[in-house]
Parts: sequence; C-alpha cells; structure tokens
Amino acid sequence: MDSVIQVKDLIKTYSLGEVEVTALQGVSLLVNRGEFVAIMGASGSGKSTFMNILGFLDQPTSGQYLLEGINGENLSRDELAEIRNRKIGFVFQGFNLLSRTSALENVELPLIYGGASPLKRKEEARKALSAVGLEGRGHHHPSQLSGGEQQRVAIARALVNQPSILLADEPTGNLDSKTSEEIMGIFQRLNREMGITIIMITHEPDIASFAKRVILFRDGKIVDDHEHSVPAIAAGVGGVK
Amino acid sequence: MTRLLGGLRIALRALMVNKMRSVLTMLGIIIGVGAVITMIAVGSGAKARIAEQIASMGSNMLIVMSGSSTSGGFRFGSGTVPTLTVDDAKAILSEIPSVKYVAPSLPGVAQVVYGNQNWSTSVTGTTPEFLDIREWTMASGRSFTQQDLDGASKVCLLGTTVVENLFGGIDPVGQIVRIKKVPFTVIGVLDHKGQTSFGQDQDDTIFVPLTTAQKRLFGMQFPGMVRTITVQAKGPEVMEEAEEGINSVLRQRHRIQPNQDSDFTVRNLTEIMSTAEETASVMSLLLGAIASISLIVGGIGIMNIMLVSVTERTREIGIRIAVGAKGRDILLQFLIESLVLSLIGGIVGIGIGVAGTLVLSSLTEWPTLFSTKAILLAFLFSGSVGVFFGFYPARKASMLNPIEALRYE
Repeated sequence: MDSVIQVKDLIKTYSLGEVEVTALQGVSLLVNRGEFVAIMGASGSGKSTFMNILGFLDQPTSGQYLLEGINGENLSRDELAEIRNRKIGFVFQGFNLLSRTSALENVELPLIYGGASPLKRKEEARKALSAVGLEGRGHHHPSQLSGGEQQRVAIARALVNQPSILLADEPTGNLDSKTSEEIMGIFQRLNREMGITIIMITHEPDIASFAKRVILFRDGKIVDDHEHSVPAIAAGVGGVK
Repeated sequence: MTRLLGGLRIALRALMVNKMRSVLTMLGIIIGVGAVITMIAVGSGAKARIAEQIASMGSNMLIVMSGSSTSGGFRFGSGTVPTLTVDDAKAILSEIPSVKYVAPSLPGVAQVVYGNQNWSTSVTGTTPEFLDIREWTMASGRSFTQQDLDGASKVCLLGTTVVENLFGGIDPVGQIVRIKKVPFTVIGVLDHKGQTSFGQDQDDTIFVPLTTAQKRLFGMQFPGMVRTITVQAKGPEVMEEAEEGINSVLRQRHRIQPNQDSDFTVRNLTEIMSTAEETASVMSLLLGAIASISLIVGGIGIMNIMLVSVTERTREIGIRIAVGAKGRDILLQFLIESLVLSLIGGIVGIGIGVAGTLVLSSLTEWPTLFSTKAILLAFLFSGSVGVFFGFYPARKASMLNPIEALRYE
C-alpha cells in the first residue's frame, strides 16, 4: 500500500523564553491512503504540535515529514500555503467559519485561493455541501446554523479541494454526544465511500472508537498504535451517496 | 482580475459590517481632500486674478517718476515736483533701442462736472501711446490724435466709472464736461479695466491730451514739464537694458554728476506685479500644504482603524492562511480595504471641496478657480495615502502565524 504520510524521527522543540520545551521527541509514523486514524493523548502530549506539522502549519526542528513524497522543509510560507490549499483539509474544534459569509462562500474559500473560476467554485462548493448533507442550505450564515451544521460546513470546506488528507483537531470538542456521533458518521462515510484519508485528534475514547486505527501520544512520543478490528458504527445521518 | 474583484467584494463587505467606523475613518480623508481642493481653488483663483491684473496693466512696463528734488533744505519725494520734460521722453525713445513706446504724462486730481452731477477723479494728461502701452482699447468714440495734442484740444476720454457717476444712462460721447471749470468735449469712452492688485479702480479716470493738461489744468507753474514717463520695453528680456538706458540718458540730460542722486526714479511695475504673483503662488502652495497635512492625519486614521481591524480579524486571517491564502492574498485584501476607504473618501471629499469652494466664493466674493489637474491630484493623493497607510497593517496581517492566529480569541 502506498503511504500518504511518512514521518521519521520527528523532533520539535519550542523555546519559551529561557526554557526549552520539547513537544515531540522522535515520532515516526506511516499512514496509508484510505486510513481513518484517531490520535489520542492528554493535553501537552504533543498531539496538537504533531497535527500542526502534519498540516504544514509548523515546521519540525529535526526529522523528516513527507506528504505524498513532498518535503515541506526549506519551503517558503507561500509554498506551504499552496500545499495546504491543494493537499490538506482542516476541520477545527471551534469550526472556524467566517461569520459574515454564507455557508457556500465559506466552502468556496479554499477554491478562491486555488484560483478556480467563480462558476466552478460555486459548483464544487455545492457538491461538497451536499456530501455532508447540507444541500440547499448554502445561503445560510454560520449564526443561522446549529453547531453540528456548522461543523459540517467546515468539513465541506475541508473536502472541497479534494485533498490528500483531512486533518481534524478535536472535531467534536464543542458538540454534544448525539451531534458528535453524526459527525463521526460523516467521517466514516467519507472514509469508506470516497476513500478519504482522515487523521483526527481527540481525547474522548468513544470518539476514537469510530476510527480504524488509534495512536496514543504521551510526552511527545507514540506509546501505543493499534487497529480496531471492528470500529464502532456511527448512526446514519444521510447525505453521503 | 477576478482576484482583484473578489478582493474588492471582501473589502466592501468588511467595511459594510462596521458602517459607522468606516464612515468616521473616511471623514478624515473627506476633510483632507475637501480642504486641499478648496485651498487650491482659492489659491489659484488669487493667482489668476493677479495674472489678469498684470495683463490689464500692460506688459514690460517701466515708469519714470520725477523728483526727488531739494528746495530750500526740504527734500521732496518722487513725483512731487516735475523734473521730467516731453523732450526727455523723446530722447528715451530715440536713444534707447530696446524701448518700444514712451508716454509722458501729467496726472492730477480734479473735480469734473456734467450738468448737475459732479465727481472727483484722476485726470491724466498724456499721449495716445499711453493707451497702447496699457493695452487699453476704446469702448466707444475715438482716442485722441497727434492733432489734438499739437492743438491742445479740449477733448477727453472717460473711464467707465466716471461715465457711470456723471452720465447715468446717457451716451457721453459728444457731451461737454467741465474739468476744473474748463469745458472739454468727450470724444471717447474707455473699455472696462477693473481694479489693480492694490485695489485701485483703474476705470475711475479721465485722459486728456498732454499739452492741454499742461496749459489748462496742472502744468501752469512748470511749463513743458511732465510728472511721469511711461515706457514700454520691446520684451521682458530687455527690461533691464531699458532701465539702465533710461538712467544714463536722463542723468546725462539732467547733467547729474556721478556722485549726485538722480532727480527721477525708474520703477519696474511689471517686476512688482510678478512679485505679487509669486507671493500668491507661495500662498497657494502654503494653503495646499496645510490642507495636505489634514489629509495625512486622515491617513493616520485609516492606519489606526486598519490595525484595529487586523487585530479583530486575526482568527479570520488565520483561517484564510490555513486554507491556503498566500501572503500577498492577505496583503491585497487589507490593502484593497484601505484603498476603498480612502478612494471613497476622496470622491466624497472632492464633492465637498467643490461645494465648499462654491459656497465660500459666493459668501466672500473671493475669486476661485478649479482645475481638473488639482482635483485629479487630490484624488490620486488620497489613493496613495490609502496605500501608504494601509500597507503596514496589511503587511502585519499577511505575516501572522496561522497557528497563533487560529488560537486567537
């Protein structure tokens, strides 16, 4: 199987004034295309730092990270932005939608920076919205949508550029358990039916149980990495066809 | 192009969200541009009026004034005692090649009577060349001729102010007026000339032949003398040469020793007027500069608000960078926003400046002059203020670290 993500001996240190903090101390990982991985760990275990590096938002201090063979080392800010735009979809805990723009325009955002034509942008954004079960609600503003719906808009935005990986940082952290399960249902369908590679940070074991593979971080290292033989099946939400 | 249009839409939407704030920010630019336009209009209006006055006065003009003479220990100022003669004028014309016209004249003030009206005005005895030098044409009737001069005819030309005050609606040509009780036939009316830059009404005047003035009006105690000789040089480049020529010719004719003061003065009126014009230029420049300062203050207002806006929208910027916005996308977004602010402010400011100028000139009767160049300049200046003061906040936005920006509350 081909590896989408190849991580080798990743080390990340921050200097907080005088003190040097090591967030990652030698992480190695391979993720294949089509996997659904949950990364767990207590706060401060380095999982968020790891996620930022995977998302080309941050650079490792040493070690190597290849996304589909692309090395982010020595690339400029703008080159990294382009990789994020084409290869990575982000879903955040706080949804991070632009509040003054409609759902459709929020989904269009990555396409704007990708340079697509307005017509194609609208079409792709509509497709992505219907993939998360929000067809016909594109004109609503985030404030007119529920938390679950907002997160679905965010997922549509992450999908719209057909990225290689979808990175989700605590995607259910602001949602109740029923809505959380709906979101997990969407993730599972996207993963199963569209073959999208998903890497999700969570600290809730029952959310992690929806993933096929669970990785546990502690003190900047991977301490456990196992596959669920039978992942939990989230209640159907509809939308993914 | 689509990128720019998209940026424009984002900018307009962002400005619409904070309408009050956007309007207040624009106000700085509006006032600045309005002030620049008004001040430049006032300044160039003043300049244009002075240029007009210079043209009305006659170009390349020198005035030779008689005096100062010393009599019994008293020194008199220039022009008090006539020391110049008609022959001096003839000598200036024949001996100095750079002189085009000379017009000896004998001015005075006299009471003029027509019917039951009377009016005190300046009466100048002179030659027809005087009107040529001043580029003064006739509104009706004729100017006087060499014959009038030779025969000391009792004829006169009236300025429009005199006509208004003595005649009301009647055509003065052919009528008889009495100047110092001497009857004169009005043979012509001069064209309207307006005020000098010193506020003197040039139309409040009467011209009579020089010989008549000498014999009948002012010159009785100094026969053959004139008070001033108006000289026109052939061009602006020979003004100095003509001035020197007049000095040497007259000193020689008046037998003045090298160590003695001249008994006449040569004044370069055109030069005085150019100085006035220059002063007006400096004034308008100064007014424009002061107004520009308010534009710059407006620019600082834009910068201030843009910095606030960047801070407020840190999270939005983080999202945009995370999903693939490059530095220049963010830079452009905020630059367009400040540019839109300043350009809308500029357009409104032009409107207010034009309206303000019209109100000002109708209230104060100051001359004002709009130029497309000044308006365009103010508009472009407001645009560059927007870019200049918008650049720092925009750059700050484009340099944000996406991780920290996304975490910003």
